[in-house]
Amino acid sequence: MDKHDTQANPQASDARPVLEGPDIARVLTRIAHEIVERAKGADDVVLLGIPTRGVFLAQRLAAKLEQITDRTVPVGSLDITMYRDDLRMHPPRALARTEIPGDGIDGRLVVLVDDVLFSGRTIRAALDALNDIGRPRAVQLAVLVDRGHRELPIRADYVGKNLPTSLRETVKVQLAEEDGRDTVLLGAKPAGH
Amino acid sequence: MQRHLISAADLTRDDAVLILDTAEEMARVADRPIKKLPTLRGRTIVNLFFEDSTRTRISFEAAEKRLSADVINFTAKGSSVSKGESLKDTAQTLEAMGVDAVVIRHGASGAPYRLANSGWIDAAVINAGDGTHQHPTQALLDAFTMRRRLIGRDAGLGQDLSGRRITVVGDVLHSRVARSNVDLLHTLGAEVTLVAPPTLVPVGVENWPCEVSYDLDSTLPKCDAVMMLRVQRERMNAAFFPTEREYSRRYGLDGDRMARLPEHAIVMHPGPMVRGMEITAEVADSDRCTAVEQVSNGVSIRMAVLYLLLGGNEPAVTRPTGSEEK
Amino acid sequence: MSKILIRGAKVLGGEPQDVLIDGETIAEVGTGLSAEGAEVVEAGGKVLLPGLVDLHTHLREPGREDSETVLTGTRAAASGGYTAVFAMANTFPVADTAGVVEQVYRLGREHGYCDVQPIGAVTVGLEGRKLAELGAMHESAAGVTVFSDDGKCVDDAVIMRRALEYVKAFGGVVAQHAQEPRLTEGAQMNEGVVSAELGLGGWPAVAEESIIARDVLLAEHVGSRVHICHLSTAGSVEIVRWAKSRGIDVTAEVTPHHLLLTDELVRSYNPVYKVNPPLRTERDVMALREALADGTIDIVATDHAPHPHEDKDCEWAAAAMGMVGLETALSVVQETMVATGLLDWAGVADRMSVKPAQIGQAAGHGRPVSAGEPANLTLVDTEYRGQVDPAGFASRSRNTPYEGRELPGRVTHTWLRGKATLVDGKLT
Repeated sequence: MDKHDTQANPQASDARPVLEGPDIARVLTRIAHEIVERAKGADDVVLLGIPTRGVFLAQRLAAKLEQITDRTVPVGSLDITMYRDDLRMHPPRALARTEIPGDGIDGRLVVLVDDVLFSGRTIRAALDALNDIGRPRAVQLAVLVDRGHRELPIRADYVGKNLPTSLRETVKVQLAEEDGRDTVLLGAKPAGH
Repeated sequence: MQRHLISAADLTRDDAVLILDTAEEMARVADRPIKKLPTLRGRTIVNLFFEDSTRTRISFEAAEKRLSADVINFTAKGSSVSKGESLKDTAQTLEAMGVDAVVIRHGASGAPYRLANSGWIDAAVINAGDGTHQHPTQALLDAFTMRRRLIGRDAGLGQDLSGRRITVVGDVLHSRVARSNVDLLHTLGAEVTLVAPPTLVPVGVENWPCEVSYDLDSTLPKCDAVMMLRVQRERMNAAFFPTEREYSRRYGLDGDRMARLPEHAIVMHPGPMVRGMEITAEVADSDRCTAVEQVSNGVSIRMAVLYLLLGGNEPAVTRPTGSEEK
Repeated sequence: MSKILIRGAKVLGGEPQDVLIDGETIAEVGTGLSAEGAEVVEAGGKVLLPGLVDLHTHLREPGREDSETVLTGTRAAASGGYTAVFAMANTFPVADTAGVVEQVYRLGREHGYCDVQPIGAVTVGLEGRKLAELGAMHESAAGVTVFSDDGKCVDDAVIMRRALEYVKAFGGVVAQHAQEPRLTEGAQMNEGVVSAELGLGGWPAVAEESIIARDVLLAEHVGSRVHICHLSTAGSVEIVRWAKSRGIDVTAEVTPHHLLLTDELVRSYNPVYKVNPPLRTERDVMALREALADGTIDIVATDHAPHPHEDKDCEWAAAAMGMVGLETALSVVQETMVATGLLDWAGVADRMSVKPAQIGQAAGHGRPVSAGEPANLTLVDTEYRGQVDPAGFASRSRNTPYEGRELPGRVTHTWLRGKATLVDGKLT
């Protein structure tokens, strides 16, 4: 699945940065403004990040939304491991946290936040997971990078950067909270992968 | 992790912590409006119970159903298993039906091990209690309960039970719960003391990774958790102890003894409790007694075990805890 | 009658010699014997022993012909180098009357693979309450001299005393299965470190030792002799050693499996290792080997206990106790006693032929390999090493603990009173 793939070969030596720290901050600010605009003030928005890096992005977006709207925006996390369609293809993974904000998601506008949009299968799983948690008014998707190669009819509502890639390439997002720095790296897949 | 869960002794420290951490996430599913995950959709699990145990069977069944597995209950209680063919025949019948996992409870020690290793069946085997041997999911849910109460729900994640002092009291000789707990708690770094009359301690206990004491009162002031085992009244007739009264006076947990426990210490019981024998009603009904909590934790633990054994194409690979995985 | 010349055999492991059999008897032993008129068997350095004698075999007939019959059991015996076996009494019906023991005796004679000497039950139905007609069994055609309730212990001290006294009238011997019943209720394996871990009911050494101690004292008191079946613990060895030093007329046997296997094997929960008495610890195994070497334990007896597949292909608690042993006994003894330097081949002949024949009074068996003696002989290829393959067993049952294990030695020929029962490893 897309998540799995983007994490492969994190230390590829020939990877080159396509977004640096300031770029990431800028696109998140832009996305925050887009959310406010499209959600007409964003007063019923709930941000749900997809672990691990989607959660940090969601938290950063929430902070920016608060700056813009001067209101607290509920933010949480949605682990999709148990809903993956490729569970049977790998050993089971350790679960990440699902943390739904106190007021729940019923009747709210849920914005799913993830780092990379690739095949779309993660988002499919996230929609299934949401279904078991409540009934949002609407669901939107925000991603830092859309690298193409969709395998499902899914598109993002907010995109930080469209990054045309080859299937032989890897996209690696690093965030300060997890990796010590902010960057998006484009590299080549190791041979035989 | 191995393909089967037969004995708590088969689990590494990282396996055990992964199960406890996973169970912590599973527990949160119980708080949702839809208490169900699609994870084991299309997998068939048989609960093969040769011994009557409603609470364990229901716990497994709840766990299986919350993970969307297809569940078949096979209860052979009362049917004669003295000849033994029934285990093999039943196993082969289940194999022919294409089951993915067998949860087995059996009165004979080693029956799950035989089922897993005899070539009768390909399915994963999960031991739900065999004779006086092992009951690994009970030990896991006990450790889960201890970690939650002694360290905390979130603070406990990734943690083991290093340095915690656990006292297990009662009929150790006939207890699979005691054996499983000694193995698992030792793996998790806890210090275990068994307390029982000498008649109810097995010959050969000296090789177990624990202390043995015959005196309950001296161990109470320094333990973090005290686990009371059920003592069957019939043991009296086989001269394991003289009378019920004498047993409860020397080894039962009453209010006075509970008062001698450290402030934070908890009282555990795997159930069913024999009130008035190993535990008084006052203790059983106190806030410090986790018996009811243990039952609900059992479902989370069993969900975690089922997910980690059956959720993927092979059992979960344990990694050093805290590492990043997706 | 035909003549057979066994050429170049190491008699009792000594220098190669020729042995000429004429009819039922050994005619000559020497070097460079003439082969004229004789069928020649080239021994090529194999070891020639007197035909082995097993004081403890379960042939299962009558009653459990699904696990063994006198025919299949005696064929297994011939394959293992035996020329005489003592058939235990725990059949259905129990061999507690002259009728049953005569039936078993005659079946052995008719088949002709191995002499079958029935053992009579000590008590009616092996129930330990009432003496069986020991005298009648002795006077029957079977001529019973050994009595045992094997499988069960004669635990009542008075019954045991009376039996020991009673058989003195005709020179019989009581072979005791030493197992204190109350101490072994629900017992599944040796009580110790392994049983504690596996949660299997413990079978304490003291359950065996306390009965042996009692019985040697009873034997002393009434001036009788007593034989101890399948002694299995270091403590039992100490008691028998003490009794012999006191002049008590006691003999004892050890099984091949107790010389080799330990309770660690039970960790597999594979019932092929379930046996009565149970497999003990390494320390016990070493004590038993030493005792067999120094003569404290007199003989090796197989306790060959055939069981059908379904009685072993199940969970431990439901499984039957016992192992087949006739076809692997000599190999196990070679591995544990000869290869370790504890016994030479003359010692093996003593422990597996001479002494058991004496204890059981099996006339014509356990005799020296010399002119004029009955030609009960077995030829062993001691250089052979191979894996045990139960598929090749002559026994009807396959419950061997040695499947796939590499063991030394192979019996190639067996002669019963000059008639070959096994030739080049094949039954005749």
